[in-house]
Amino acid sequence: MNLVKLTIDNKPVVVEKGTTLLEAAKSIGVNIPSLCYMKMDDMNFENKPGGCRVCVVEVEGRRNLAPACKTECMEGMEVHTHSVRVINARRTVVELILSDHPPECLTCAKSGECELQDLAQNLGIREIHYTGEQSTYKGDQSPAIIREMDKCIMCRRCETACNEVQTVGVLSAVNRGFESVVAPAFEMDLDHSVCTYCGQCVAVCPTGALTERDYTWKVIEALVDPAKTVVVQTAPAVRAALGEAFGMEAGNLVTGKMVAALRKLGFDYVFDTDFAADLTIMEEGTELLDRLNRHLNGDQDVKLPILTSCCPGWVKFFEHHFPEMKDVPSTAKSPQQMFGSIAKSYFAKKLDKKREDLVVVSVMPCLAKKYECTREEFSVNGDADVNVSISTRELAQLIRNANIDFTSLTDENFDNPLGESTGASVIFGTTGGVIEAAVRTAYEVHTGKTLEKVDFEELRGMEGSRKATVDFDGLKLNIGIAHGLGNARKLLEDVKSGKSEFHAIEIMACPGGCIGGGGQPYHHGDVDILKKRQRAIYEEDAGKPIRKSHENPFIQELYAEFLGKPLSDLSHELLHTHYFDRKKKAEVK
Amino acid sequence: MAKVKIPENKVQELRDLCKNFDNEPGELINVLHGAQGMFGYLPAEVQEIVADEMNVSVAHVYGVVTFYSFFSMLPKGKHPISICMGTACYVRGAEKVLDEFKRHLEVKVGETTPDGKYSLSCLRCVGACGLAPVVTIGERVYGRVSPEDVRGILEEY
Repeated sequence: MNLVKLTIDNKPVVVEKGTTLLEAAKSIGVNIPSLCYMKMDDMNFENKPGGCRVCVVEVEGRRNLAPACKTECMEGMEVHTHSVRVINARRTVVELILSDHPPECLTCAKSGECELQDLAQNLGIREIHYTGEQSTYKGDQSPAIIREMDKCIMCRRCETACNEVQTVGVLSAVNRGFESVVAPAFEMDLDHSVCTYCGQCVAVCPTGALTERDYTWKVIEALVDPAKTVVVQTAPAVRAALGEAFGMEAGNLVTGKMVAALRKLGFDYVFDTDFAADLTIMEEGTELLDRLNRHLNGDQDVKLPILTSCCPGWVKFFEHHFPEMKDVPSTAKSPQQMFGSIAKSYFAKKLDKKREDLVVVSVMPCLAKKYECTREEFSVNGDADVNVSISTRELAQLIRNANIDFTSLTDENFDNPLGESTGASVIFGTTGGVIEAAVRTAYEVHTGKTLEKVDFEELRGMEGSRKATVDFDGLKLNIGIAHGLGNARKLLEDVKSGKSEFHAIEIMACPGGCIGGGGQPYHHGDVDILKKRQRAIYEEDAGKPIRKSHENPFIQELYAEFLGKPLSDLSHELLHTHYFDRKKKAEVK
Repeated sequence: MAKVKIPENKVQELRDLCKNFDNEPGELINVLHGAQGMFGYLPAEVQEIVADEMNVSVAHVYGVVTFYSFFSMLPKGKHPISICMGTACYVRGAEKVLDEFKRHLEVKVGETTPDGKYSLSCLRCVGACGLAPVVTIGERVYGRVSPEDVRGILEEY
């Protein structure tokens, strides 16, 4: 290992060669402010264009100030991070950025979470000495994401997320100089682009330029309508992150408080998407075994590997980029949509109500779910199975709006029948979880034996792409896992070229899986937050009395009373879907 | 932006052009240069084919096309007019000359007249600073142009 010695603010520090000044300073407790810079280990995310110049420092012997995020440590360097020259330059830089930024902090959706706002506050900027023209761009409202590029500071983090991490390729810097803006090709709206609505651009945007489409008001309208029965479902990853929005430490499970808050908000039934996740396992797991058995019996037509289909960002991704493989993923709907179908058929019947009298609200860690519930195939005669999808952040907003002191709430339980769930469904919220849940059930169905150890450590972790072999009593099942669409793309290329040895592949669009979804409380680049959420998810699983989907008594009841068996005609009608070829040319306006 | 249908043989020619550069993403600018030579401009459809061949996103291609003033997404006129806005021409009144062209042609910089006869653009230095301000129309160069000359120049075409 090659080490270099230097001083930062007169403190000696020894670091490995190649370390940047920013990282070296951090290691000795000197936090140099930065803005465009963002790095997330394990997530393949590194954005350091050196564009904003907020992190400039003074290096003795150098004529110009150096950007700490891009300058490597050298032997004998003497670095000053808060000399008068540095402070003046940094303030000037921030004032110039602010001079071309709408002064809308009071009403901005990002207020309180905005890194530019924090920076101005930390530097004590009280006046902007520069006035001039402000850049303005047309707004863009898609069903999931809102772009207000007037607020863009050209940090390029969204481009890194969209192109390098996700390989979706929607966003690029276009035009030049004062006119430059990050936009889709031909400056078309997101709606017309190949955007998957994964929301990773929103998750990393430092300002209010990219935010989610806010549907909280639609929820309030439904709640006050006496003619409507309002049913809410909450995705597994929400309970592992919602507490952060109320100042709680990341990784705190707030399932009981979340249920209590939803009841206080006035929902008639507080249900759990986890119930539908158990249902997904019944359908998807059976489909996997069916395909596998046919494959083993020599059926050449059967497509393997089977790919999971819970993630709407991933579904839209393969519809755009791999439409020729659209019969490879499982036909099972996502848990959100399965829940909607069952709520508006089975449960509506139990209540003796028409489906139109029910409003189904989903709380998701995700922005793509907002888009998913607007897909035409998920509605009956114009009535959507899931009427409104809000993010974890929007739920926090609703709770604050209703004057609820979240942290002091007493835990409450979900309602039945659609609120009962198993440990298998909880882990849907993290990468590796869906396939582990499927394996728990498929093993028992295939072998007829009881699975004693339900924890499959080999399927867990944070590496972007993982593989494991699970022994089904002699049958070796090869399993692949990818999170982040860039990693998914690599596995798919192998499937396409026939090189893949996998029987089943789990794919989640967001790095970390749903715990890192675009609708979660902002992580501001801290990967530890995602890891803590992941631990919380496994904790909830371990604490559940039932940990296999097929043992959920209300799932058993649903099949006995209503669906018959997995892959029955009614199951196909309500719980399965089909995919579209979206590889058409971009729609030029 | 009107939809443009590119004839099949032209599409093949464009694909061959990309192959000549080994479909190497680093050669994008050279490919676009060639494509503009082929079509006279770079409509969206051309950019889509190039993106597909070079294995880069259409957004990236569009980003490059809009960054360099050399590239145009609008067809050039029969007589492309360029006004030099380099330092020497600028200080000798190129902007007033440009304004006069805009007024006569009723188009903005980067646009083409509806009859397709003229297009108007700016460039930076043609290396004839002694003749400032300089205007080029097609291959012809006009030196020491004053706003009063503009009308007469246009009447030559």
